[in-house]
Amino acid sequence: MTPTEVFMQQVIYGLSNGMIIALVALGYTMVYGIVELINFAHGDLFMLGGFFALTIVGALGAAGVLDIAHMGDHSNWLLLFGLVIAAGVFCGGLNVAIDRVVYKPMRKSPKLTQLVAAIGVSFIIVNLGLFWGGAPMEVFGGGNAAAASKDFPEILEGSNLLGENSNVVLRLEDLAIFIVTIPLMIGLTLFVKKTRLGRGMRATAQNPVAAQLMGIDTDRVISATFLIGGFLGGAASVMWSLYNNTISFQMGFRAGMDAFTAAVLGGIGSMPGAMLGGVLIGLIRAMSDQYIETRWTNVVVFGVLILILVFRPSGLLGLKQREKV
Amino acid sequence: MLQFARLTTVIGSLAIAATAFAADSIKIISSLPRTGSANAQTTSMVNGIKMAIAEVGTINGATILYEDWDDASAQRGNWDPAVEAANADKAIADKSILAYIGTYNSGASKISMPKLNAAGLVMVSPANTAPNLTKPGFGEPNEPAVYRPSGKISYFRVVPTDDVQGAVAADFAKETGAKKVFVLNDREVYGKGVAGVFEKHAKEIGLEIVGTDGIDAKASNYKSVVTKIKQAGADLVYFGGTTQTNAGQLAKDIVTVGLKARLIVPDGCYEQAFIEAAGAKALEGRAFITFGGKEPKALTGKGKEFYENYKKTYGGEPEGYAVYGYESAKVVLAAMQNIAKAGGKLTRESVLAEVAKTKDFSGALGTWSFDANGDTTNRTMSVNTVKDGKFETVKVVE
Repeated sequence: MTPTEVFMQQVIYGLSNGMIIALVALGYTMVYGIVELINFAHGDLFMLGGFFALTIVGALGAAGVLDIAHMGDHSNWLLLFGLVIAAGVFCGGLNVAIDRVVYKPMRKSPKLTQLVAAIGVSFIIVNLGLFWGGAPMEVFGGGNAAAASKDFPEILEGSNLLGENSNVVLRLEDLAIFIVTIPLMIGLTLFVKKTRLGRGMRATAQNPVAAQLMGIDTDRVISATFLIGGFLGGAASVMWSLYNNTISFQMGFRAGMDAFTAAVLGGIGSMPGAMLGGVLIGLIRAMSDQYIETRWTNVVVFGVLILILVFRPSGLLGLKQREKV
Repeated sequence: MLQFARLTTVIGSLAIAATAFAADSIKIISSLPRTGSANAQTTSMVNGIKMAIAEVGTINGATILYEDWDDASAQRGNWDPAVEAANADKAIADKSILAYIGTYNSGASKISMPKLNAAGLVMVSPANTAPNLTKPGFGEPNEPAVYRPSGKISYFRVVPTDDVQGAVAADFAKETGAKKVFVLNDREVYGKGVAGVFEKHAKEIGLEIVGTDGIDAKASNYKSVVTKIKQAGADLVYFGGTTQTNAGQLAKDIVTVGLKARLIVPDGCYEQAFIEAAGAKALEGRAFITFGGKEPKALTGKGKEFYENYKKTYGGEPEGYAVYGYESAKVVLAAMQNIAKAGGKLTRESVLAEVAKTKDFSGALGTWSFDANGDTTNRTMSVNTVKDGKFETVKVVE
C-alpha cells in the first residue's frame, strides 16, 4: 500500500466510525441542550437498540423470512432501513418512558441528583442487556453465554466496491453509514430550524420559563427531545451492528464515552458541534492508530479534548455559557 | 439485584462455613470467572472439579465440600481485581478451606497469590499460563519472589506455561511459510506475556517482526489497526489475548479490511465462545489457536476415561480446560488421601507440603510432576484450527 492509499483508507474508516459516534452524540447534546442533563444512560440505551435489532433478525430467521447463514451474500437494504426505524422507535419510546418515570419527577431537583439518577439508569440498562443476551435464540448463541459478544449477521454484501485488486477497501457498509446518517442529520437540522416543535425546542433551550410563558408546552418539547435523541441512538446502534458485526452488553459504555467526548469537543448543547465532534474523534482515532500507535489512541483523543477545552472552554462550536440566576 | 444476589451467597457461604466446622468436613473452593463470555469454559471446568470430588467421595470419613466462586463482575464482563481480592480474603478467613483452585486469568492470580501464600493456603491453577508467575527472568526483576512473601512455594499449576506456548506458536508460524509477522497484545498480564515470548522466539528462528502494538480491548473495531498491519506487509498476525479481550472482533476486521494474513492466537481463545464471537467464516482456514494440551477427544488413558465420563454425566462435549479443572482437583485430593493414609492430620500446612511433593502423578493428562517452581513437567501442546464451526487439531507437540 502506498502512503496515499493508507491515508485514504484511514480517512474512510475514520469518517465512518466518526459518523456513528456523531449519531450517538446528537442524543447527548439534544437532551443536554433542553434540560441540562448529561444523560449517562444514553450509551446503554444505544446498546439495547442493538439487542433489539438482533432479536428482530433472529425472529425473522426463525420465521423463515431470512436465511441467517447466507445473509452476507446479498444486500438487504429493506432490512437495513426497517431495522433503523424499528430500533429507532424502540429506543426513542424507551427514552421517553425513562424520562417520564425517572427524570421528570426530579426536574426541579439539583442537577447533580439527576446526573446520579442517570448513572443509576445506566446500570439498570446494562444489567438488562446482560439478561437479554441470555435469550434462548439461535442468534444469541442459544442463550448459553449471556455475557458473550454476539455475532451480528451481515446485512449488506461485503465485496470491495473499488475492485478486488484495489488496496483501498470501500464496502457497501462504509457507504451505508453515509447514506443513513447524513439524511438523518439534515432532517434533524431542518426539523429544529423550520418546524413549530423545533422552534419550541430552541426556545425551551434558551429559557424554559420564558418559553412556557409564551405558551410553549415545555413538557411536550422535552418528551419530543427524548424521543428524537433516543431514535438517533437506536439508528446508530443498527449502523454500529452493520459496521462491526458484533454487539455486546458492554458496548454502550465505550460508545457513550466517545459520544460524550464528541459532544463536549463540539460544544455540548450544539447540534452541529456534536456532528463535527463525532467525525473529528473518528478521524483522530484512525490517524492515531496509523501514525502513532493504537496503545496511545485514548491518550491522544483525550489529550486533544483537554487542549480544546483549555483554549475554547465551551467547545468548538459551543455558545458562550449564559448565566442562570 | 446482582449486588443483592452476591450478598445472599456470602450469607449462604457463612452458614455453610458454620456447619463445616461442626461436621469436621474438608472444603475446597474454586475462583473462576463465572460471569462473562468465559462462562461456558469455566462451567466445563467446574464440572470437571465436581467429577473429581465425586470420584474420591470421602477422606477419612469426612465429606468434601466444594464451592464454586466467581471472580468476575457483571460491570467488567471479565475477571475483576476487586472480586478476586475479596475471594482470596474470604478463603483465608474460612479455616475449613484447605485448597484454592484458581484462577483462570493470570492477572487475577497476581492478586490472590501473595495473599494466599502468606496464609499458607495451597493454590492450584488449572489455566494460568503466564511464565512470570513462577519463573524468574520473564517479567519484572522482583517476580516471582513478590508473590511468595512467606518464601515458600504455595502456587502450582497443571498447565504448561507460555514460554512453551509462545515458542510453539512461533515455530508453527514458520512452518506455515510466514515471513513477516505483526505482533499484537491486549495489554494484560497473560496476553502481553505470551506475545512477548512469541516475539522473542520468532526473532530467534528468523522471522521478521514488522511491528508490535497493544490494542484497546474495549474498542468498537480494529479496522485502522489492521490497515496499519496491511501496510506493514505482514503475512501473519499474532494476537496475545483472549476472547474476552476482543480477539473475535480482531479476526473479523482482518477479513473486512482484506488483509491476507493468517492469525495465530493463544489458548485464551480456545473456547467455543471465540468461534461464536468471530463467526466461523472469519476463522476457517486462516486462524490457528495454540493450546497447552490435547483436545478433549484426543486424550488417552485416564484422560479418555474422563472424557467418556464427562459426556455421560453432563451430556455434552467438555471445553478444552475441563480436564485441567478435573486434574487440579484430583492432584489436591490425592495429596489429601496420602496424608490420611499415613495417619496425618489434614491442615493447610500438611496439604500444602503434600501437594508440593507431587511426583510422577498418574492422571488424566498423563504422568507428570510439579517442578521446583510449582509448574507441571507436562509440556504437551497442540495447534488447532476451526473447521465447520468446531476446533480441529492440526498438530501436537509433545
